[in-house]
Amino acid sequence: MTTPLLDVSDLQVEFRTRRGVARVLDGIDFSLGAGETLGIVGESGCGKSMTALSIMGLVPQPPGRIAAGSIKLKGEDLLQVGERRMRAVRGNEISMIFQEPMTSLNPVFSVGDQIAETVIEHEGLSRRDAMDRATEMLRAVKIPAPEQRVREYPHQLSGGMRQRVMIAMALACRPQVLIADEPTTALDVTVQAQVFDLLKELQENTGTTIILITHDMGAIAEMADRVAVMYAGRIIESGSVSDILEDPHHPYTRGLISCVPHLVPDPPIQRPTLLEIPGVVPPLTDLGKGCAFEPRCGNRMARCVSEKPSNFEVGPNHIAGCWLAEAGAST
Amino acid sequence: MKVKVERPSVEFLRMYLRNMAAVVASVVFFIIIISAVFVPLFLDVDPFEIVWAPITPPGQEGFLLGTDNLGRSMANQILFGARTSLAVGGAAATITLVIGLLVGSLAGYYRGWVDEMLMRVTEFFQVLPPLLLSMVLVALFSPTLETVVFAIGVVSWTGVARLARAEFMRIRELEYVKAARSIGSSDGRIIWRIILPNALPPLIVTAALTVGAAILFEAALSFLGLSDPNVMSWGKIMGDNRDYLLEAPWTVIFPGLAIFVTVLTINLIGDGLNDAFNPKLRER
Repeated sequence: MTTPLLDVSDLQVEFRTRRGVARVLDGIDFSLGAGETLGIVGESGCGKSMTALSIMGLVPQPPGRIAAGSIKLKGEDLLQVGERRMRAVRGNEISMIFQEPMTSLNPVFSVGDQIAETVIEHEGLSRRDAMDRATEMLRAVKIPAPEQRVREYPHQLSGGMRQRVMIAMALACRPQVLIADEPTTALDVTVQAQVFDLLKELQENTGTTIILITHDMGAIAEMADRVAVMYAGRIIESGSVSDILEDPHHPYTRGLISCVPHLVPDPPIQRPTLLEIPGVVPPLTDLGKGCAFEPRCGNRMARCVSEKPSNFEVGPNHIAGCWLAEAGAST
Repeated sequence: MKVKVERPSVEFLRMYLRNMAAVVASVVFFIIIISAVFVPLFLDVDPFEIVWAPITPPGQEGFLLGTDNLGRSMANQILFGARTSLAVGGAAATITLVIGLLVGSLAGYYRGWVDEMLMRVTEFFQVLPPLLLSMVLVALFSPTLETVVFAIGVVSWTGVARLARAEFMRIRELEYVKAARSIGSSDGRIIWRIILPNALPPLIVTAALTVGAAILFEAALSFLGLSDPNVMSWGKIMGDNRDYLLEAPWTVIFPGLAIFVTVLTINLIGDGLNDAFNPKLRER
């Protein structure tokens, strides 16, 4: 097997807090080839964004600390290289788009300037060439009248347009990996679909690997090739998108899938109750000895309290971290 | 169909022009600057020269503003004094801003021990009485204009530093700073090119007000005789004539008026800038 494009192994990140050390990432493992899309799902606070920040080398330290693990980009461990090399990687080889298109653009510069900035920083183009590239990128992300828009300021654009600008900015240097941290959470549903279509199309054209972070199972179904489900700083189930959606093994994954509301034409008088997973993510400072999901789990067993389940293979490339999966038993 | 949206600079100018007081103040300030810069160039006189009998009231013998107790023309003194006051005010305000911005931006951006250290230094300067400290500085070194500028700058940068720190602390947490970092921008670039332009509005307003404060400060120092005795300035005129307040009130009133009008126009301009930067605050 060739070396994967991005290989994260046993990544552990800790944060020092007033109530003790919180292990926000506890042994994250995944690897990605060129052109693949990995979806990372989970509730708020489960470590999705922290995974992204770790890959970007942007974990605030202190209070954060990368305790162990490696993040290899084409064999180069990004945790070992210096800040200087990291700056060259960011935006050029790995880039990121953020959740809030409303505040992710600098209000005092035109969008063209901001896209050009990346290109000047990494490719040393002249201002003029960089602006041409910016216009070209705006066209690539399907913004109408790019020659005109390139001189406009963020407050003159709608949310969907700003997210497109963010995508243009992130892709301006043709990075190999694009991390999209909940790129559509703040957008209208109709615009969401457009943004996903755009990302897919750009991926087909450029072969970029995408890490899509979301809590939206629908987005995963539409975009991802593979899925990693995170809970309390661990990947508790991972596999191909069809494995996860059709044959989930971890009770939490099943819970997440059943929580997706369905559109029912002609709803009965008594509408079906929206399902939820009771309880909240436990505080990361005291996770106890057992499975972190145990207090909320409907299938809990005695050993869930005392022993942390390891990851069991339940199918080809399909792994679940639950005692139920130990014997390959599927319920 | 398409709404024409103005460039930010155009919109800013339009907002500024809506504030009548600020517009009038700008015009008056412009006139003060022009006369301070150009009149002494064409008027070949020495403000220290005795031109007529002492204590001539204004308007008599062709002396528009009268003469002082030594028979020097008040009008000449005030015209030449304007240069000193404005130059010292401007230079001191520049020093204030440079120190304040440097300290505030580094403290607010880096936080941690850098912040702790710089803020303790700031507090040290904040608890010293400013007039007293600057008097000591001027008295300690020679009373030249440079010393006065330096003394004023050293005692008044703390406010700017605190304001800049607060702005940097607020802006550094915003998404677009994170986004800038995620495209590989260096710290220096983030501080000066990304955060600073966004932190500027309140700082520009403060800068304008600082110029006014520095002019007052300079006047206070020279009134107390702690300035270069060979250079005419408004504070010095008032200080020289304070013993003749009853016999020749105009010798104190006119320079006082000059200080008052100048500082007032500067503050009105600052106010106008503030309104133009924050149109929402104005509508309340």
